[in-house]
Amino acid sequence: FAGLADVSISEDIPVEGEITVPVGSRSPDEDYSTLDEPVRDTIMRDLKAVGKKFVHVMYPKKSSALLRDWDLWGPLVLCVSLALMLQGGSADSKDDGGPQFAEVFVIIWFGAVVITLNSKLLGGTISFFQSLCVLGYCVLPLTVAMLVCRLVLLAGSGTVSFIIRLIVVVAMFGWSTLASTAFLADSQPPNRKALVVYPIFLFYFVISWMILTFTPQ
Amino acid sequence: AGPGTMAEPGAAASGGRSSAADWGGFEDNVQGGGSAVIDMENMDDTSGSSFEDMGEMHQRMKEEEEEEAAEGEAGAAEEEDGEFLGMKGLRGQLGRQVADQMWQVGKRQASRAFSLYANIDILRPYFDVEPVQVRARLLESMIPVKMINFPQKIAGELYGPLMLVFTLVAILLHGMKTSDTIIREGTLMGTAIGTCFGYWLGVSSFIYFLAYLCNAQITMVQMLSLLGYGLFGHCITLFVTYNIHFHSLFYVFWLGVGGLSTLRMVAVLVSRTVGHTQRLVLCGTLAALHMLFLLYLHFAYHKVVEGILDTLEGPNMPPFQRVARDIPVVSNAVLNATAKAVALNL
Repeated sequence: FAGLADVSISEDIPVEGEITVPVGSRSPDEDYSTLDEPVRDTIMRDLKAVGKKFVHVMYPKKSSALLRDWDLWGPLVLCVSLALMLQGGSADSKDDGGPQFAEVFVIIWFGAVVITLNSKLLGGTISFFQSLCVLGYCVLPLTVAMLVCRLVLLAGSGTVSFIIRLIVVVAMFGWSTLASTAFLADSQPPNRKALVVYPIFLFYFVISWMILTFTPQ
Repeated sequence: AGPGTMAEPGAAASGGRSSAADWGGFEDNVQGGGSAVIDMENMDDTSGSSFEDMGEMHQRMKEEEEEEAAEGEAGAAEEEDGEFLGMKGLRGQLGRQVADQMWQVGKRQASRAFSLYANIDILRPYFDVEPVQVRARLLESMIPVKMINFPQKIAGELYGPLMLVFTLVAILLHGMKTSDTIIREGTLMGTAIGTCFGYWLGVSSFIYFLAYLCNAQITMVQMLSLLGYGLFGHCITLFVTYNIHFHSLFYVFWLGVGGLSTLRMVAVLVSRTVGHTQRLVLCGTLAALHMLFLLYLHFAYHKVVEGILDTLEGPNMPPFQRVARDIPVVSNAVLNATAKAVALNL
């Protein structure tokens, strides 16, 4: 105990804190010398959550992780990347950049809102943002298809490339629809699943159409 | 963290159905951290009485504050500290109570306004269908009824018509692709959506207005439903003729399929109207608009595409849309001029 006599708290360090432990707070890092660590931790944690949801979409099993902690970062990233990749196409390239980006954005988000409202009106138990989250994340296969299409179009734009693109887009469209159905159909009464699946089918069909008919200049 | 905080409202919103009970309990648990006496007073939820109490306490608080400010400078540091803590403790607690109360009242008012105006439950009865019913109604929309002396029943349902309108939009977009003319994707898509929804909502409203003038027994929702299901014929026709490009085939489908769905709508309307003139006016208008819309959808998109192609490509016309033309006179003149030049040189 003799060594403890040297320990003293200097007077200019404010002693502060909370006596009650708040729920869900992170314990502060012990290392105060690198102040950017906590920010990176935050970002990495968010990225990991988004990445885990991507994995859930690519291998759709009936899990509730996507529904429980929903977030809209993934759908935003996917929507923006899809809209960016759809730029610069179509015959007249004079002023088509602007409207195309806005059109893709509006179609994806309003389509998702309409499907969500429809599923709620049909008696679904899923909440508004959870449904938006699922529909947004299930655009991932179609974004992958867009990437593949762009790469194929770099090689050439003949009939063979069209057939390849058609097969890829149709496969990804099926995957998207199945993935979103796996998550959303459970929240519906069992005899009305077809009524909910049909608008989802139409929604991804329109997005697939936009991807398939993309011809770069 | 963004997603973390977003999870909170999500979890709260998902319990939104039994919102009143949940929120009530939640409120009871989170009163300001005061003593039992103050808690008991605030348990009374009728905001009238406790609000008046709050008002009184707030008034007392203000008077104490004024007194304190008046004698604040005079007091010694430690005494002031001690008293300060005591007063501040009491005042801080009261302040928190007042703020809490105001927040609760505001939240209650906002949620009441929200549930009144943004309530989608108003539309819920119109979406109460089974897949079998939808299929039955789709097939029925192509079969004209025989009994026109007895008012026919129209189901006031909006799911089927809404899905049919969206399907029509998708088929129109598909038609763009198969006619191999992808010009301004964005503009055409906006046009497709605007056309289909504009037709469905606009013509429904117009015919409803005419029905009101002609004393027909039909409500707005029934009219929307009737016209929406009438678009089923349009969907079939356009789906087939966008893939098989024969004009004569289109005319057959136009008269056959379009005619059948128009006949059904007309028959239902006739059964609900009395008087020959009224029946003629109402049904003639509806038949004309419905058939002309199908004609428009088939031809106008080709024309729109042709028009844009004209402006873009100039003299280079795609062969399948133009009659074969003679070689322009220019080349003859060039030929003559070249011949003359060659002759001169020789």
